[in-house]
Amino acid sequence: MTATAEETRTPTDPNGRAPTSWRHRLAERGVDRTLWLLAPAVVFAGVLFLYPFFYGLQLSFQPTDGGSPFANYVTFFQDPFLRDTIGTTLGLGLPAALVNVLASIPVAYVMRGKVRGKRTLTTILVVPITLGTVLTAQGLIMYAGPDGWLNKALLGLGVIDSELVLTHNWIGVFLSLVITGFPFAFLLTLSYISGIDPSLDRAAATLGAGAWQRFRTITLPLLAPGLSITFMLTFVLAFSVFPSAQLVGDPAGSTRVISIAAYEAAFQDVDYSMGSAMAMIMAVVMLVVIGLVMVWRASLYRGATGGKG
Amino acid sequence: MATSTEDAVGSRRPKAQRGRMRLWPIFVWGAVAFFFVNLIALVASVVVDSLGTRWFGTWLPEGFTLHWYADAWREFGLSSVLLVTLEVAVAVVVLSVLIGLPASYALARRDFPGKKLLMLLFVLPILVPPITYGIPLATVLFKVHLAGSLPGVIIANLVPSVPFVILTMTPFIEQIDPKIEAAARMCGARTTAIFTQVLGPLLVPGILAASILVLVRTVGMFELSFLTAGPESTPLVVALYNSVFAAGIRANQSVDAMATIYTGSMLVLLVIALRFSNPTQLVTRVREDEHA
Repeated sequence: MTATAEETRTPTDPNGRAPTSWRHRLAERGVDRTLWLLAPAVVFAGVLFLYPFFYGLQLSFQPTDGGSPFANYVTFFQDPFLRDTIGTTLGLGLPAALVNVLASIPVAYVMRGKVRGKRTLTTILVVPITLGTVLTAQGLIMYAGPDGWLNKALLGLGVIDSELVLTHNWIGVFLSLVITGFPFAFLLTLSYISGIDPSLDRAAATLGAGAWQRFRTITLPLLAPGLSITFMLTFVLAFSVFPSAQLVGDPAGSTRVISIAAYEAAFQDVDYSMGSAMAMIMAVVMLVVIGLVMVWRASLYRGATGGKG
Repeated sequence: MATSTEDAVGSRRPKAQRGRMRLWPIFVWGAVAFFFVNLIALVASVVVDSLGTRWFGTWLPEGFTLHWYADAWREFGLSSVLLVTLEVAVAVVVLSVLIGLPASYALARRDFPGKKLLMLLFVLPILVPPITYGIPLATVLFKVHLAGSLPGVIIANLVPSVPFVILTMTPFIEQIDPKIEAAARMCGARTTAIFTQVLGPLLVPGILAASILVLVRTVGMFELSFLTAGPESTPLVVALYNSVFAAGIRANQSVDAMATIYTGSMLVLLVIALRFSNPTQLVTRVREDEHA
């Protein structure tokens, strides 16, 4: 790379056309006027994403009540009502993401080849993603609530003796996370599993491997890196459970997630400094989980899957 | 030859395992069907309630009526809410395409130092939960007196939309042969002519697909609109949330009528979106973004 740059410079330099050669050298590395097209997007991302983020970061070190710059963080970790929101958030987000990913593996495995109605099924699966959390929450209250069809049907069939309490608690939020998260996890897993060369599976069958053995030793290892990405994206979705935790959850108790606490601090107590501090804590917790998954992923096979993707 | 090996494999496998092999796909399909039945019932119970007169403890309401829709329309000021939703969605789509498209052209056509870092900057707003950057962003918007206004809601919704346009359009532009542009230039076309007469028409399907996906995402985006909306700039999702939260005062049916209007408009958008893009394609694009 450096060698070629040197070569292109030498012939132009003796001509004494320094600006041209300088521009030429940059163009050689792909830097030319076309890159000005990036300017609006870069300015935009800088002003509306990076600047607010760093503004929030420095604001979090300027507590409203004065005191040490770390006062907000000290308060957060000393007050169990605030500190425990991290555990609550992880206690909802991690199981939901895990269930969504694990449930999507067998479904995607069955659908990996040419299956009739695949397009229809994937289309129907996009619906819950677009329904959004607010509608899912309202639907859960109606459908799975004490007078809802689910409890009525289960009571009528004699499956249960008394009504199941599925809303306004942890289960309600968990269900809403599965309803919105599972289709997303499934579509991602399906695209990863379709990218694995089917001839590998056939070769193993020819050599006498059983169905379970082929799945465990061929499909699963090739799928694992994709699964880790699916897990991360599903976790990010589950991590910001603001509306469902408020609507189908128990926002003062068992589903008081960190986003609720941060919202209350910033917009109900009008303490932007504390709100920003909690947003930063949220970002750190999320990055730690994603970092751990990335470390795990780095230990996996990272070669070609032999397929189309 | 091949069949005889298959047979040999088959016969070597224990009977029990073969039985299980045929059973487990049925089990998986059953689970998927169960998920769908519940999902459909969930949406249906909202729709039925919005159409019912009185519904206490029975399977179906006593009678059916449309007056909850009229109520919801009046009570929640739905005409202005829908207008706000439309204004926000259209403004976000147009601005995010205008800002994102040139950037994705540069990213698709050039390889330059720092490109990976730039891609990271564009992936982050999609990867980070909206609430995390929404709180500092709303604080900044409050400081410059834009929070609670229509421009504030539009600006906040642009933050994930511009990167989304960039990440979906970059692979789309990459697959357009650069030789076409070179040929146009050889024939004497100026840069503006290349963009308007050569690239423009080729880009239309991609722009359309990206715009519709941004539209669906923006109409459904709760967190950012919620953090920045004021009384005069409330989009439909936020109005729906507010109505559920203030449900004590209002009849549950009119809340459900509003939810049905919301679902209906989302489904219409979705059907339009699916005409222009394939969900599995969408997923492969997400995946390419991950590799970038």
